[in-house]
Amino acid sequence: MTNLAVLPIVIPLLAAIIASFFPKKLRVVRIFTQVMMVINVLVTAGALWYVQQNGTVVLEAGDWMAPFGIVLVADMLSISLVLTTNIIGVACAFYAPKSLSQKQEEFYFYTFFFLLITGVSGAFITGDLFNLFVFFEVLLMASYGLIVLGGEKIQLRESIKYVLINLFSSMLFVTTVAFLYSVVGTVNMAQIAERVGEVEQKGILTTIGMLLFFVFATKAALFPLYYWLPKSYIVPNPVVSALFGALLTKVGIYSIIRVFTLIFVYETSFTHDLFIWIAGLSLIFGVIGALSTNNIKLIIAYNIIPAIGFILIGIGVFNETGFSGSVFYLVHDMIIKAALFLLVGAVAYLAGTSDLRKIHGFIHYYPGLGWMFFIACFILAGIPPFSGFIGKLLLLKGAFEEGEIAIAIIGLGSSLLILLSVMRIFIRGFWGEKDPNIRPNRRVARGFVFPVALLLFFNVLLGVGAEWFYPSIESIGEYLMNPEIYMDTVLKE
Amino acid sequence: MEIITSILAGVLFTTGIYNLLQKQLLRIIIGTALISHGAHLFILTMGELKQGAPPILEEGLSNYTDPLPQALILTSIVISFGVTSLLLVLAYRASKENGTDNMDQLRGNENDY
Repeated sequence: MTNLAVLPIVIPLLAAIIASFFPKKLRVVRIFTQVMMVINVLVTAGALWYVQQNGTVVLEAGDWMAPFGIVLVADMLSISLVLTTNIIGVACAFYAPKSLSQKQEEFYFYTFFFLLITGVSGAFITGDLFNLFVFFEVLLMASYGLIVLGGEKIQLRESIKYVLINLFSSMLFVTTVAFLYSVVGTVNMAQIAERVGEVEQKGILTTIGMLLFFVFATKAALFPLYYWLPKSYIVPNPVVSALFGALLTKVGIYSIIRVFTLIFVYETSFTHDLFIWIAGLSLIFGVIGALSTNNIKLIIAYNIIPAIGFILIGIGVFNETGFSGSVFYLVHDMIIKAALFLLVGAVAYLAGTSDLRKIHGFIHYYPGLGWMFFIACFILAGIPPFSGFIGKLLLLKGAFEEGEIAIAIIGLGSSLLILLSVMRIFIRGFWGEKDPNIRPNRRVARGFVFPVALLLFFNVLLGVGAEWFYPSIESIGEYLMNPEIYMDTVLKE
Repeated sequence: MEIITSILAGVLFTTGIYNLLQKQLLRIIIGTALISHGAHLFILTMGELKQGAPPILEEGLSNYTDPLPQALILTSIVISFGVTSLLLVLAYRASKENGTDNMDQLRGNENDY
């Protein structure tokens, strides 16, 4: 049964290999992708159920004991994030045939898609720092392929910057792993945590921690390091934007959660105070960016940054409520960002432009999409019955418990402005006079509705059925507070 | 010995970053290559450069060099090789499509998309 931990990595990897054999037979490869993703979701949901019943599953690759071989650790946190990833994957698999051109699909889109899912799932599940680097590269390589797919002028221009910044941060990651290896003599996360605990995190270890934070903050687009994100996320196809916006930055913030709740937990007065500052600045600057533009895709892309800021608050305040809030908000935000990117992509496709000044009266032609966008705005901003509310409530509660009043106020204020930034799209683009230039194409629109509705359904479920999810989320918060549990399960002591 | 290689890695990083901040696309790619060389040299150094036999199992040998950093470097070399070749093709296509390899002119304009 320990092989359960490797299934979310192996299934999409095999699917990627198989899909690469018949790229031109679009009808076959589309159905194959959809079926494989549904299977993958079912398997992951089974794994989640198993982990919840029997506790963390640790797979030692090749039967080598924990510090010597590579371990895959499927605990509640990682496996629930993998499940979220796969749910988004299903929605994108159904959306992709509608939004991609035939040529883009033929050039191995589905292979890259599966490889991206493989990389993200692997990064969530692995228990080894260098293996985390390798999975980062797997998902980044797939994302390089996806971002240039189509090969337009602007895509080529922006993807160079994207590749450069990621190559640089990857090399820094390798250097930091080398630093850490020279100090503690291992790359296994559980053993690193144990050794760091033995020496009580001396100065050099805090430095290494900060270097790791720099690397992951570049990937997650936190305050001073987010400049590469907005433009490179809007140039590819909407379905690729949705995958990027939902998954890539979240892997970065997950790594921050993992590293700073497991390994570097002894000097919190320095590191975690810094996190709160950075979280606050990310909130402010992300919101300013979202309000500054009239490009609807860019508005959504800028909204990624404050969301990452919110998640970082929970790590910064360093208590159980904060951690639960972070995890809840992480899951919620992955789904809603995918839904919003898909919706905005549909709007831009049907209206023929992504300039907000040129779109109006959209809801007369497409009421379904319009009202779904309305609900999505409410979910994003955190209006009570929906999922954003509970995440933010927990985060703010955590902040108040630690007496961090300022960050709570910034969080609340930026929530208002986030609502304003997305409502601007709704009010200006969807309301108003009928635009006579739009020729409604309901058949295409119907194809866009299903994947978005699926994602919104999960979001609403997460909010309305919070009582079902809350006990497990709370136990994850408790689990993150006690890193000994992780070390003991992995190192079998 | 570690001090010398550390300084060398530092020099590689500095020249790499200097090249990374230039305008010409090809120089930027050379910069990334230098940085990855620096990183790989750095891993080797951090695994301690003590003297010993190559890590191949033979009768009667007891003093080995550390095999783990070598495996890490090998992985990292292949990965950065893959990324660099992708980056070179990308730079070729981008400069051809956009008609320039000057990063100043490869800036985005708000109304393009």
